[in-house]
Amino acid sequence: MVMAVEDRAADRPRSSSGELHVLAVDDSLVDRKVIERLLKISSCRVTAVESAGRALQYLGLDGEKRSAVGFDVNLILTDYSMPGMTGYELLKKIKESSTLREIPVVIMSSENIITRIDRCLEEGAEDFLLKPVKLSDVKRLKDFILKGQGEKDDGDKGSCKRMIQHDCVKSSPCDQSSTPLPCQSPPSVQPPLKRCRMLNVD
Amino acid sequence: MDRNLQRQVANMRKSLFDQGYLDEQFIQLEDLRDDANPNFVEEIVTLFYTDSAKLIRNIENALENNPSDFERLDDYMQQFKGRSSSIGAKKVKTECSQFREYCKAGNAEGCIRTFQQLKQELATLRRKLETYFEMARQANT
Repeated sequence: MVMAVEDRAADRPRSSSGELHVLAVDDSLVDRKVIERLLKISSCRVTAVESAGRALQYLGLDGEKRSAVGFDVNLILTDYSMPGMTGYELLKKIKESSTLREIPVVIMSSENIITRIDRCLEEGAEDFLLKPVKLSDVKRLKDFILKGQGEKDDGDKGSCKRMIQHDCVKSSPCDQSSTPLPCQSPPSVQPPLKRCRMLNVD
Repeated sequence: MDRNLQRQVANMRKSLFDQGYLDEQFIQLEDLRDDANPNFVEEIVTLFYTDSAKLIRNIENALENNPSDFERLDDYMQQFKGRSSSIGAKKVKTECSQFREYCKAGNAEGCIRTFQQLKQELATLRRKLETYFEMARQANT
């Protein structure tokens, strides 16, 4: 029984057109409408809900009879600050679930707080977007998710991506238009390159 | 196609940016229009008014009944600032930030004063955008 559930999580289905199904969570009606439009323009199927509670219901994690509806979600895009359960708490619940933890979760926030960003990434968020979210953010996300779906094989890939992201932020100026994820090379290659650069500074 | 009217619309749009009423986010919204959704920006702006009316009322009530509950005031204003940011309401956003500064400083008088200014900026923006959208509609018919 457990094996069957994990199989479903591992190869999350997509519609025959190859569309990504995104679950967007935001308590602000304005932001929901904008995100919906951004995603639709980017050829994604969108389900927009107004709270973390509703999101959990949709994903079948609310303890009620589990619905199969949430099983085709390819990405969860959630606001951080929401009344009741926050986006961070939603993230934790999803990552604690054996059936849903492989769904990438991206947090959105209007506040650029480093500790908040770090906390979310440490908890397993794939990315953290500053609001207002732009079309280029959505495109970058979509490209990453599509690529990740092709290469995904095990859970280690998650931590690898986060390491690369942190290295990118700390060591080199990130080209905002480029796709920083996913893993192109093993993380062990990075440290020697950084050391070499530092030696050459004198 | 009234070229004169189109020029007026373009000028008005430019002045809204030049005078600091709108920022880049408004352009992001404009880029989301297409033939199937030509009025997307106007729809979002209208949603903004209804979505934020309750927040404005909450802040008003809090300032009247609980002016020293700065945490609550800041929380409401953070939500309202987010929505203002989503439509590119630049001057309104500035007032929001100022209000939050006063909350952090525990300055009730500053909050009350700034909130009045905020409401004025909101009303001005609403008026200007209504004129702009109406003109734009006329220019396109």
